[in-house]
Amino acid sequence: MTVQTEQDIKVNEKWEPKIIAFLCNWCSYAGADLAGVSRIQYPPSIRIVRVPCSGRINPFFIVKALLEGWDGVLVSGCHPGDCHYLTGNLVARRRFGILKDLLEFFGIEPDRVSFMWASAAEGERFASLIKKTTKLVKKLGPNKKFEKNW
Amino acid sequence: MKDIELKNQEIENTIKDLAKNLLKDRKVDMIIGYTKGTVPLSSSPIFITREEDIDKLIWNNLCYANLAKYLAPRGPILYNKEGQEIKVGIIAKGCVGRAIIHLTVENQINLENIKMIGILCNGIINRKRIEKEIGEREILETSVMGKNIIVKGCDFEETFPFDDYMNELCKKCKVKSPPKVADSCVGECLESPPLIEDDFNDISDFESKTSEEKWDLIKETLSTCTRCYACREACPMCYCSLCFVDQNKPIWFGKTTDFTDIFAFHFNRAMHLAGRCVACGACSSVCPMGIDLNFITRKLEKIVKEKFNFTSGIDKETLPPMMTFRMDDNEEFMMEED
Repeated sequence: MTVQTEQDIKVNEKWEPKIIAFLCNWCSYAGADLAGVSRIQYPPSIRIVRVPCSGRINPFFIVKALLEGWDGVLVSGCHPGDCHYLTGNLVARRRFGILKDLLEFFGIEPDRVSFMWASAAEGERFASLIKKTTKLVKKLGPNKKFEKNW
Repeated sequence: MKDIELKNQEIENTIKDLAKNLLKDRKVDMIIGYTKGTVPLSSSPIFITREEDIDKLIWNNLCYANLAKYLAPRGPILYNKEGQEIKVGIIAKGCVGRAIIHLTVENQINLENIKMIGILCNGIINRKRIEKEIGEREILETSVMGKNIIVKGCDFEETFPFDDYMNELCKKCKVKSPPKVADSCVGECLESPPLIEDDFNDISDFESKTSEEKWDLIKETLSTCTRCYACREACPMCYCSLCFVDQNKPIWFGKTTDFTDIFAFHFNRAMHLAGRCVACGACSSVCPMGIDLNFITRKLEKIVKEKFNFTSGIDKETLPPMMTFRMDDNEEFMMEED
């Protein structure tokens, strides 16, 4: 363990996490849009990647994102039953459950990777969940485990 | 309890009889089995098409390979000159049987063309552990006598208790002979699907640690990995024609032996095997660096057992968890507003 210097702590206070957010085209992306047009404030920590459906998310995307140094990963899709492709998010849900368990088992802080549902009408909910993720990732600090040593 | 060597001999004789009959009656065209390895403390697979070669078949506690590997993906060895699929007889210990059933569920093999020669497996030796204890000294001969494993070199002879030096997964194994499916099984097989009760207390110790401790322990365990992919080659479930590690568009992780890349490989492999791994332990047995991958296997078993009450390769009617879904699946892990 490295000892945190005073300077480190100061940097940490100012530090803003970078979170990659995979949003499904039909609900969550529209939800994010609604949050925007309704002028609801949420932290500028997320970078959005639009995907057709949460079922499109390969677990490798998430591992790759962590490997590339993203501090957090967020995946959001339609509520169960509301999927544009009927069952995409149900398939995804099983994958995410296992992924989350395995991440925890391999020693990655479980809060780094979050999953959520947000519909196109839930701008408010979207903003508040982004706030929550940012808070959780901020608490964990930068993603240092995946720094390459050579 | 009978001595292990006598039991092995008995099993070997049964295998030979059954295999000979199957070949003689033209019920199968080829037998896949085990034969003596080229180096001590090992065994090799053998593909027999002529009756006179039957005597090359062996059974001992070093038959660690999972022979179902040779059934999927279907290689040229499984076709005759006319391009038709041949019938295969396969020496099946419990985990080979499980792999065959699971591959059937995944539509990789046609059970009609396969005859399992079932045996009641009496456990596989953890050869990597023995190799570690012998260290630099050269092993010339290994045998099982009574309840001990005897390892001989030119100037030493060491004894290891069999029960202790068995593979960790074999100690916990509940499916020692292949589960019965239709009439594709001859010899020893489980008539009714076994009730698999497991407490998984061997990994609960690891699970109770903090993330930092887990990460450090995993790092310590896996950091010697050279990414030779022997584990993938030995795994009966790794039949993808293009493995994610060979993909270069996109490249899922770097080609270095930096720990981040090693981690990504083992993590992604675990993700691929969730609900599919049949806990044969072949991956650990072939690892040239002697990495014990069984703790990942156990975790995968635990996840699917607890989440979906599923055990892979037991019956061919139940769909594996990652191939299906339910409306009321658990979603406690999803983030909710405070």
